[in-house]
Amino acid sequence: MRLALFIPCFVDQLYPRVGIAMVTVLRRLKLDVEFPAAQTCCGQPAFNTGYWDEARPLAQRFAEIFAGYDAVVSPSGSCTAMVRKFYPDLGVTPPPTFEFAEFLVKQLGVTDVGAKFPAKVTYHDSCHALRELRLKSEPRQLLAQVRGLELVEMDQAETCCGFGGTFAVKFPQISYAMDEVKCHSIAKTKADYVVSADSSCLMQIGGYLQQHNPGVKTISLAEILAAT
Amino acid sequence: MSASSQFLDAARQKAGDLRHRAVIQKAIGAYDAKVAEGKARFTDWQNARAIAAGRKWDAINHLDRYLEQFERTVIANGGQVHWAEDSAQARQIVLDLARQRGVRKVVKSKSMVTEEIHLNDALEGAGIHTVETDLGEYICQIRGEPPYHIVTPVMHLTKGDIAQTFHDKLGTPLTDSAEELTMIARARLRQEFVTADMGITGANFLVADTGMIAITENEGNARLSFSLPRIHVAITGLEKIIPRFEDLALLWPLLSTSGTGQSLTVYNSLVSGPRPGGEFHVILLDNGRTRLLADAEQRDALHCIRCGACLNVCPVYKNIGGHSYGTTYQGPIGSVITPHLRGTQEWSHLSYASSLCGACTDVCPVKIDLHHHLLHNRRNAVRQQFDNPLQRLAFRLWLWTMQSPGRYRLAGKFAALAGHLGFKPPRHFPMPTGATFRQWWAREQTHGGPASPGGPSVPARPGPSTSARGDARTTGHGGES
Repeated sequence: MRLALFIPCFVDQLYPRVGIAMVTVLRRLKLDVEFPAAQTCCGQPAFNTGYWDEARPLAQRFAEIFAGYDAVVSPSGSCTAMVRKFYPDLGVTPPPTFEFAEFLVKQLGVTDVGAKFPAKVTYHDSCHALRELRLKSEPRQLLAQVRGLELVEMDQAETCCGFGGTFAVKFPQISYAMDEVKCHSIAKTKADYVVSADSSCLMQIGGYLQQHNPGVKTISLAEILAAT
Repeated sequence: MSASSQFLDAARQKAGDLRHRAVIQKAIGAYDAKVAEGKARFTDWQNARAIAAGRKWDAINHLDRYLEQFERTVIANGGQVHWAEDSAQARQIVLDLARQRGVRKVVKSKSMVTEEIHLNDALEGAGIHTVETDLGEYICQIRGEPPYHIVTPVMHLTKGDIAQTFHDKLGTPLTDSAEELTMIARARLRQEFVTADMGITGANFLVADTGMIAITENEGNARLSFSLPRIHVAITGLEKIIPRFEDLALLWPLLSTSGTGQSLTVYNSLVSGPRPGGEFHVILLDNGRTRLLADAEQRDALHCIRCGACLNVCPVYKNIGGHSYGTTYQGPIGSVITPHLRGTQEWSHLSYASSLCGACTDVCPVKIDLHHHLLHNRRNAVRQQFDNPLQRLAFRLWLWTMQSPGRYRLAGKFAALAGHLGFKPPRHFPMPTGATFRQWWAREQTHGGPASPGGPSVPARPGPSTSARGDARTTGHGGES
């Protein structure tokens, strides 16, 4: 299987460790991965702001760069959703692209990746993973197999954290209020970590927690799965 | 001030109003619990949604046929049908009916369409005393406020707020008893019912094959509104049509379950003509709905049965409240349809005021693709050049950057430099400061085998044994702001 990594631009720039963690896990599963160096952004910021004509060339570019791979795997539900769900709206046929947890559980049939992470964690369902890709049980199946990990569900796991890309920039007060509601729900679980498939959500949540509740840390699902 | 600036001001203020947030969380928390019970009563909720969406699809995609059938059947039942292209025509029809018949007092039951056409102001302006008889709407009326929510007009008020309103406006003693408050309103409203000349209602469904209108309510005031006065005028959006009487068997419980969690609302009335010696008029309002019908991509927004579920689940609505929108229809459905009904240029800002979380689409009982329509509205606004020219330029520059890995890397370096210089982006957005993934990958390929020289490392696991270095890297998500 020819497997390509799609590392979204903000993971590349801001959270490279998330991409590295994903590579670590895939290699532990004896998979060869390639990183097509020409990749940049999937086009989502333009698409979500209404600039479909500006997003389309990037979608076409993405399809060309990742053509010929059996699977493309990405540590982001949001960018995966952009490719798989929204490229067709731009008239572009998406390459077979999967979110990391989805790829492990649904494509490889793997739930135990040999990880150990002795901590109490709560899982935040990122909206795109949950509602565009319909991933609810997959990340939880993976977390259930992590040694030493205790998963506690928060009461508003499915409520948006308020990031929403340019939404957070255009409407910072609304975004902040949503973040606050989310973080109150997280804090009530008394978890040590909040985990998610999307680093953008964790950036939003982490920003609030750092100021108001520094006892709770954020970590990506890939990093937990990479930990041994 | 533009609708957009008004929205921003109001939303900003409400988002930080913690009392408001607590009141709404409590109200919607109770709603959520009841709806969960209600959905559990369905053998297959998802299948029920799919069938309901199919019925409404049929109705909307054959709107011409079903509306004409409805007109024929209503007339055959002894009623009259009026077609109104816009708000002004609808108001004029009501005013003409009222004048010709010497109407001096109107009782109204809850109707968002009459809010849409600003009927109360028109009636009062013509010297016709107009009384809202739904308890929530009555409270709105005496407070001089528009409804906060399409189903729950005073969701934002506590019992204490309502007692205070009654005390201030009606001079009644303060009480914390809901029963007493209801009795205060009831005592006043009963007098109005028996002396009104005309009753105005909305309609939840227009049944094409039998020529009936279906009205759903919990207080009995709608029944009194259309049965006590001699003249009944029902004003309704033309999208409320359903093909067959039997469709109600599904749509009634679906509406009440999504609206309030009830199996059925307390009163479900069917009006199939005038009472003896009376008159029955139905006003079918277009007011931009056929523009939406012409848009094949978003036509399903006309499926809406106004249950309010998308408002109740919307994290934006819950934080900014119904009044911030400045529209008749609030929340996701309002943000979707208002640009079509009232203009893209003035109302597309609402389509941007969403994180596109999609919770609305998941709860919609008639499967309107709400959050994707917000995306469509954004695209339409850009296509019609209602966007900010600077923003357009920024996205073109961004595209140019992203079309080349070299330019992309350079942009990343500039951002990293800005980060090193201490540039603070808005809110929590961190600036890149370390090695990128692609740098790590390149080095790793050169050196062969896993390595992380100078770059980020795979986190160590947590716990007392974790090194400070590992911990800092593990928890850095919130650390760069």
